[in-house]
Amino acid sequence: MGNTSSMLTQYDIEEVQEHCKHAYRNGGGFILTDEFLTVPEFAVNPLSQRLLRMLNSLNFKEFVTFLSAFSPRVPLQQKIEFIFKLYDSDNNGKVTFHDMLDVLRDLTGQFISEQQREQVLTRVLEEAGYTKDSMLVLSDFVKILGSSDLKMEVEVPVD
Amino acid sequence: MKTLAMDAAGKLISSSYELDLYRPNIEDYLPSGSSINEPHGELRLRDLLDISPTLTEAAGAIVDDSFTRCFKSIPPEFWNWNIYLFPLWCFGVLVRYLILFPARVLILTIGWIIFLSSFIPVHLLLKGHDTLRRKLERLLVELICCFFVASWTGVVNYHGPRPSIRPKQVYVANHTSMIDFIVLQQMTAFAVIMQKHPGWVGLLQSTILESVGCIWFNRTEAKDREIVARKLRDRVQGADNNPLLIFPEGTCVNNHYTVMFKKGAFELGCMVCPIAIKYNKIFADAFWNSRKQSFTMHLLQLMTSWAVVCDVWYLEPQTLKPGETAIEFAERLYASALII
Repeated sequence: MGNTSSMLTQYDIEEVQEHCKHAYRNGGGFILTDEFLTVPEFAVNPLSQRLLRMLNSLNFKEFVTFLSAFSPRVPLQQKIEFIFKLYDSDNNGKVTFHDMLDVLRDLTGQFISEQQREQVLTRVLEEAGYTKDSMLVLSDFVKILGSSDLKMEVEVPVD
Repeated sequence: MKTLAMDAAGKLISSSYELDLYRPNIEDYLPSGSSINEPHGELRLRDLLDISPTLTEAAGAIVDDSFTRCFKSIPPEFWNWNIYLFPLWCFGVLVRYLILFPARVLILTIGWIIFLSSFIPVHLLLKGHDTLRRKLERLLVELICCFFVASWTGVVNYHGPRPSIRPKQVYVANHTSMIDFIVLQQMTAFAVIMQKHPGWVGLLQSTILESVGCIWFNRTEAKDREIVARKLRDRVQGADNNPLLIFPEGTCVNNHYTVMFKKGAFELGCMVCPIAIKYNKIFADAFWNSRKQSFTMHLLQLMTSWAVVCDVWYLEPQTLKPGETAIEFAERLYASALII
């Protein structure tokens, strides 16, 4: 589709396009985020708001790029980049303690208190060699997540 | 994603969990007022930062939402476009709209009159006598459901043992339309867990269905999940509540495929009794495409069809086998429902 960083095959892209046409009656070629909220499984996902921010008024090409992070053919680096972008809510290339705390809160909000959350995050950061004031950049994320068996793959259903 | 749990000694331990609707309360695990000791290196930064399972679920939901093959109404093939059958079909249309439909509306109106004239007094006058009131309300709801089914000339074949009132059991069924509930309700009064609908359906929900003990939820409210989970647990433990019916697919499917069951229903720790409902498409397309049609239109469509023919199979109750997770349990039941 002209975007060299996309690793989806032409076939995959066509499949996604077919599905989008049915599922998202988008206005004027832009995907409206409200449409995503009509998907029940998406709406109950704790990270849905963050994802919606990333998805805000994407055109189809950008949407495919967004999804390409979940392709099995895409290198780990691109997946880590995706995760980094999700954490970096103000898009300045740095993930702060508060960014990480925010995501943690989305995921565990009702289960542990704010104070416990902060304590846990501080401890774990220190154990990894960072401090509460550290600002993590993409290369830090690559270092931390690169050696793990990160699995982030979505199959595009083929009719 | 690892949970942040602490055992009695205050050590931070990590254990994996799946993101689901009804997870156990982590407050049970955290001792109050304790301080967090050294982590002992089991919870790492990378575990904390690795949100890939959650993201995968979300992206999967977006892509899979185009389960449109499950949600598209499959249009019936046109069998009447020839000289012989077309006039017959026209005749059929006349019969359906001018004879059957008014008759059905009449039956339904009579049914509602009887129902309301009995339900309202029972509801108001027997405020003090709860058991008697509930029994009567249950019977009345079953009655109105019979009227509904009659108004579509419903022919329902029930197979298998009828549901009974026992604690620690949950019924699961596949979901094609809101009428599933009515079809099942006419045989036994169930308490259902449903999405709160707007309009007159919502009114019905909050008044009449409340009396059989239904639980409502609102998908868009995050806090709602917790409340509903707690209600579900309490309901299942109670001995004389109506048996609980859950539609694990989470949404209406066009009855050609069953969408993979969401695992929430299978984590309540009780016996799960599956029910399979299959509609015969020759007579009427019972699938309710809630994005395209309002419920009123759907009902009208049914009332102008020839009949609603369906089969209901009450299958053998199953319990979680030792060592089986909720997902595996759901998969096992899904497989057995597919056979039908």
